Amino acid sequence: MKRRLDGFIWIGLGVSLLLALFLSPFASSSPDGLEKVAETKGFSEKGDWKVWKYAPFSEYTVPWIKNEKVSTALSGLIGTFAIFFIAMGITKLIKRSTA
Amino acid sequence: MHIPDGFLSNSLNAATFAISAGTCAYGVKRVNRNFGEKEVPLMGVTAAFIFAAQMINFPIAGGTSGHFLGAVFSSVLMGPWASLLIMTIVLIVQCLGFADGGLTALGSNIFNMGVIGALGGYGIFFILYHSFGKSRKSFFIALAASSWLSIVMGASAAAIELAVSGTSPLKVALPAMAGIHALIGIGEAIITTTAVSLILKTRPDLVISFAEKGALHEKTT
Repeated sequence: MKRRLDGFIWIGLGVSLLLALFLSPFASSSPDGLEKVAETKGFSEKGDWKVWKYAPFSEYTVPWIKNEKVSTALSGLIGTFAIFFIAMGITKLIKRSTA
Repeated sequence: MHIPDGFLSNSLNAATFAISAGTCAYGVKRVNRNFGEKEVPLMGVTAAFIFAAQMINFPIAGGTSGHFLGAVFSSVLMGPWASLLIMTIVLIVQCLGFADGGLTALGSNIFNMGVIGALGGYGIFFILYHSFGKSRKSFFIALAASSWLSIVMGASAAAIELAVSGTSPLKVALPAMAGIHALIGIGEAIITTTAVSLILKTRPDLVISFAEKGALHEKTT
């Protein structure tokens, strides 16, 4: 049985984009598990050091968009699309050659 | 549990980087052997979903939040080696594109969430699923337990790394990290079982781990 994949892919991508666009701006901004442990156990200042300073969407924001929610949503949208194509590209490179 | 720069020692990060790189290289070999054209968009959409879902932090007790990891989710859908590669791709993009997780800690983050989370989590899933008799019920029990454990194990690995690096003593870091992530893991188990059951309802053929034989993904198309 060989079923077509297009529908599943479009729905999956659509759901992912909707999550990034409409849910991520309303995500909890509380510290995550590790950040919380770092705060309470007193080593969070060690994490202030940053080696890679060229992240275009640092902390899930688009720098030129001031509205926080729009900024997060757009960065999520861009990231989700980017990951979709990057993961496909890498899989295309490493899958077996159909000779 | 994305570790930033500064928390871990250079020698530890070098060691986990070597382990992660070696494991990923072997993963590339396995994926190369088993994957064809059909899996290309599936890898794309699974990685995209995980990235998007990881953005959605949900509140847990005590002013703390957690988010979905997706390591067991993608292992059950695509196989553990593909899942390791998906986690690695997501972590690299998060690190370089979104400043989420330190560049020096990348090897450690891939180790915790990919090697431990995806491969280790899948190993637990596999053992539980097979020892419970491979029914639909045992599939979901194994799925819930292993996705919860993937979070607790990954967080415990992070705690051990913090201790080895001299950042926080093990007797402090381990209970704190494992405790908080035992709660976050409940969210992981709920999201994982819900998402997989939705996919099982619509496209059971895409959940390779649900195969009657449950072979370790030597099945191709």
